[in-house]
Amino acid sequence: MILDDRARSAPTRSPFRHYSDGLLGELIFPLIAVLAAFVVGGVMVLVVGDDPIQTYRLLLGSALSWPDGIGYTLFYATPLIFTGLAVLVAFRGGLLNIGAEGQLYVAAFATAWAGITFANLSAWALLPLCFLAAILAGAVWGAIPGVLKARFGSHEVITTIMLNFVAVALVGYFTQYHYKAPGDPIMQTTMIGGGAHIARLGRFIPGFPERIPLNLSFVFALIACLLVHLFLWRTTWGYEIRATGSNPQAAEYGGISIRKQMVLAMAVSGALAGMVGINEVLGYRYRHYDGFSANYGFTGIAVALLGRNHPVGVLFAAMLFGMMIRGGIFVDAFTNNVTKDLVDVLQGIVILFVAAEALFRGPFASHRLLKRSKI
Amino acid sequence: MRELFTASLVMSTLRLATPLVLAALGGLFSERAGVINIALEGIMLAGAFTAAAVTYAVGNPWVGLLGGIGAGMLIAAIHALACIRYKADQVVTGTAINILMFGMPGFLSGAFFLSSGSTPQLPKEQLIPYTPMVMAGLLVPLTWYVLYRTPFGLRLRSVGENPAAADAAGVSVPLIRYSGVLVSGVLAGIGGAYLSIGQSSLFTRNMTSGRGFIGLAALIFGKWRPVQTMLACVLFGFTEAVSIQMQGVVKLPSGEDIPVQFIQMVPYLLTIIVLAGFIGRSRPPRALGLPYEKE
Repeated sequence: MILDDRARSAPTRSPFRHYSDGLLGELIFPLIAVLAAFVVGGVMVLVVGDDPIQTYRLLLGSALSWPDGIGYTLFYATPLIFTGLAVLVAFRGGLLNIGAEGQLYVAAFATAWAGITFANLSAWALLPLCFLAAILAGAVWGAIPGVLKARFGSHEVITTIMLNFVAVALVGYFTQYHYKAPGDPIMQTTMIGGGAHIARLGRFIPGFPERIPLNLSFVFALIACLLVHLFLWRTTWGYEIRATGSNPQAAEYGGISIRKQMVLAMAVSGALAGMVGINEVLGYRYRHYDGFSANYGFTGIAVALLGRNHPVGVLFAAMLFGMMIRGGIFVDAFTNNVTKDLVDVLQGIVILFVAAEALFRGPFASHRLLKRSKI
Repeated sequence: MRELFTASLVMSTLRLATPLVLAALGGLFSERAGVINIALEGIMLAGAFTAAAVTYAVGNPWVGLLGGIGAGMLIAAIHALACIRYKADQVVTGTAINILMFGMPGFLSGAFFLSSGSTPQLPKEQLIPYTPMVMAGLLVPLTWYVLYRTPFGLRLRSVGENPAAADAAGVSVPLIRYSGVLVSGVLAGIGGAYLSIGQSSLFTRNMTSGRGFIGLAALIFGKWRPVQTMLACVLFGFTEAVSIQMQGVVKLPSGEDIPVQFIQMVPYLLTIIVLAGFIGRSRPPRALGLPYEKE
């Protein structure tokens, strides 16, 4: 089966080559990358005059306490699961989607638009409508770079970056001029109808307070992981996306329309990114708030890479990053000098190390991940 | 309407185009050598923060400018090392650097200036508002000359178009690529420094606000050529200047402000259009983004 992914992971001269096909082989580089990033981060904490052990203990402790730590960690992980899956699907199709940020903004606004416009509908009609708005808006905004690439050969990296800025401006315009409550100094829309609210998990779990914003969207995110897995590995479309990603020439020779796959992969990717809108608008703020995304789209790239572009990996990577975001807030408050910016710094270093994993393989090794990409 | 097109608009256009020209020319050196540089944004942030911090510490903006250049080169060196030596994906590495440098200034300023992401205000005599503008202006012909009239420029272009052929002709592909990326660090570093110690008088959180990406857009809009790229930067600077001046001045017949958001979109939409080939095709260097492996 030449189109199988395993065709790419040819044996390498790595010190870990014995594991290169097993689970450990998949885990070893992400683990090394995370550890190395924490070591580098620790040195930096030392440089600014704090105790790294104390800092990390604070980071992990506040992220894993019950119920607040875990609740908020999973809440922060939810959008990252969606964006991680979005980047994953595009990546499996041989495309790098840097546009999840724009896709999730457009989708979040569309969700709020549906929730405001049809506010009087009952929950049974309104909720599906809002879901559809989130998924469709994300899919359309994601499909645009797919079409541009399929039709004109414009590289998706550039078009998605550009569309991010267009999305932010467009959504900002509609929020400011059409959907803001008159006199509201904050750039946010009016509230969505009560029927579109998604229940917080506190309602179902005893001892888990409802003030924690973790909501059913987290469950949807778990379901999305499963669906993405089934889609990519159990359906024809998914197979064709993966085939196009691993070897476009062979895929085309095998009768797959590469252009169609580009658009499909980007649309599915955008739809997944768009589901961030469900968590943000229907489960958390009940309105669109301009500038809500803390770089979720870009962090999604880190999540997908660290998660080895596999849904299960994405789930764990998103939880790790969720922990860092939660813990970062406490580090900011309870250390002398370390700010929550440590989280961005750690994330950046993690991606650098994952991307340059040849660093850990010795100078003579060839690399197997990330061979693609050309503008 | 007429009061808009004044000397102040021209001046404002030039001021706003300066960091774009510096970033875009930086990107040009990197990308003509075959290394994608979406890290321009992060490099500019590094330059902006370091320039302001060093100027504050030393009291001399020229030392600050050197600091900004050094920081830009350091970040560019990380990008180069990851992309050239370790053959990492160039787009992913650039994204990593952007995220890293989004956080780093806040991390350092929190410790050294006890602020959340900004440096202390600098006095007016410690600013260099004009020199970087002149530098940007002079760098356009200089880049043109280096690129098309020197052996280094020829090698740079050959390494970006056909590294195997360049290698066969005895050119060291890694060496030329390292140089290209490092030059981009110098130029984008100056561009960043200009933002903090030229246009403004301190570093503020995420003060580039996408200028590295607009520089990249200008580079593509200018088809990876120095003069066209500069013209694209002036056009994008002009749209920004207009959008600033228009606020509260020009009204629609209905009495409402013209939404600035539509003007802000212009550079990005133009880039998408030119990349799709509607206004003449923009063709990247052939080997852009591909790590080179010696046979």
